Amino acid sequence: MKLKTHKEMKIAALAEPGTSVENETGSWRTFRPIPEKSKCINCLTCYNVCPENAIKIKNNKIDYIDYKFCKGCLICVRECPAHVIRAEKEGQ
Amino acid sequence: MIKALTGAEAVSEAMKQIEPDVVPVYPITPQTEIAQGYAQLVADGDVDSDIIRVESEHSAMSAAIGASAAGARAMTATSSAGLAYMWEMLGVASGLRLPIVMAVVNRALSAPINIHCDHSDSMGARDSSWIQIYSETAQEVYENMILALRLAEKTLLPVMIMQDGFITSHCLQKVKLIDSPKVKKFIGIYKPKNYLLDVDHPITMGSLELFDYHFETKYQQTLAMENAKKIYLEIGKELKKLTGNNYDFFEDYNLKDADVVLIALNSTAGTIKSVIDKLRKEKMKVGLLKPKLFRPFPYKEIADALKHAKKIAVLDRSESYGANPPLYSEIKNALYDLDKKPELHSFVYGLGGRDILESDIEEIFISLLKNKPIKQTHVGLR
Repeated sequence: MKLKTHKEMKIAALAEPGTSVENETGSWRTFRPIPEKSKCINCLTCYNVCPENAIKIKNNKIDYIDYKFCKGCLICVRECPAHVIRAEKEGQ
Repeated sequence: MIKALTGAEAVSEAMKQIEPDVVPVYPITPQTEIAQGYAQLVADGDVDSDIIRVESEHSAMSAAIGASAAGARAMTATSSAGLAYMWEMLGVASGLRLPIVMAVVNRALSAPINIHCDHSDSMGARDSSWIQIYSETAQEVYENMILALRLAEKTLLPVMIMQDGFITSHCLQKVKLIDSPKVKKFIGIYKPKNYLLDVDHPITMGSLELFDYHFETKYQQTLAMENAKKIYLEIGKELKKLTGNNYDFFEDYNLKDADVVLIALNSTAGTIKSVIDKLRKEKMKVGLLKPKLFRPFPYKEIADALKHAKKIAVLDRSESYGANPPLYSEIKNALYDLDKKPELHSFVYGLGGRDILESDIEEIFISLLKNKPIKQTHVGLR
């Protein structure tokens, strides 16, 4: 993402609405949650607890995790009742 | 119309004509008469403003920031410990580029507690990115407050207008007012470009900025401050059409051919003018440079005005402990670029409201004129 110059920026760090859609926070992760999809029971607990809305649903079933925004908080790992999601260190 | 007003009343009078939307305020000596005066106007229905009686000066500035961010004209007033209490929020006001105007009645910072005049309060805030203008008389305070509003709204930097506590704020002086309709026309209707109550163009104010962007946002402030010098002069020229007075970076009094020049802010400049009148009758070539715009500091223009002088004495009504006094520092800074530098002397006076007499000033002039040793750099110290 190209960084803006002081001339291009708005003053006083003013921001338009919707910046949370532009600011990709995936780079913040230390650990990546990886689900074993075959074991998923589709209880939607992980989807409910994810603070980033990074876990996506299709047809009322868990579809995928959006790693562009997942910050690696691992709440989904901890809350999944079937222990389907494992945490793996990034970059391994 | 001419009225007999104290410096504090001159501020309320200016505020009456400006009629800001929101005035969050907390009392502190010697500013209290400003809040009191304006509250009386609101109570009498003479102005349509919201006065918010907040619980502290920190809240006063916070509320002013909130109001200004929402899109209202916000003004407040404080002194000394009150200014110190809102110190955190001064940077928020300037960082968010809000055009808040504040009257600061100069009073010594604690400790020891002291209610009288020195410049330690506003000097302590000189790095806050607020535009700072110092005023010698009630007339100047009145005019500066009106100028400040336009200046703040054009530069998007908050402005503080100083006057000496008690000496100016509580002393009855002759003030020539501008007709109210002319003031209204001069300040115009406030049309903020970015404000939180603009539901058609929603924005976020006060976001976090990490190391990748903070520097650039602060540099925008640096540029705004630099540009403020030009805008101050432009607005001053407009105001001159209403008052006939000049609004330069500084006032010069018998400066052009002076061999010995004194530099001082606020009311002491008035005392110096009296002494100059007396000494000029005795053919002594003495003069005064009274800075008005302190932030942004007009280094080049001041150096230009001083380069012909043989000796300069800067009188500071505050100390910068462990360093050169603030005004002296800036003057020395300004003179650095000159090929031929006048002899520069530093004096500190008047801390905690200690009087400086005409005789003290005369002694400084005479010592420098006649090459006599300086008796005291801290005037009147025991």
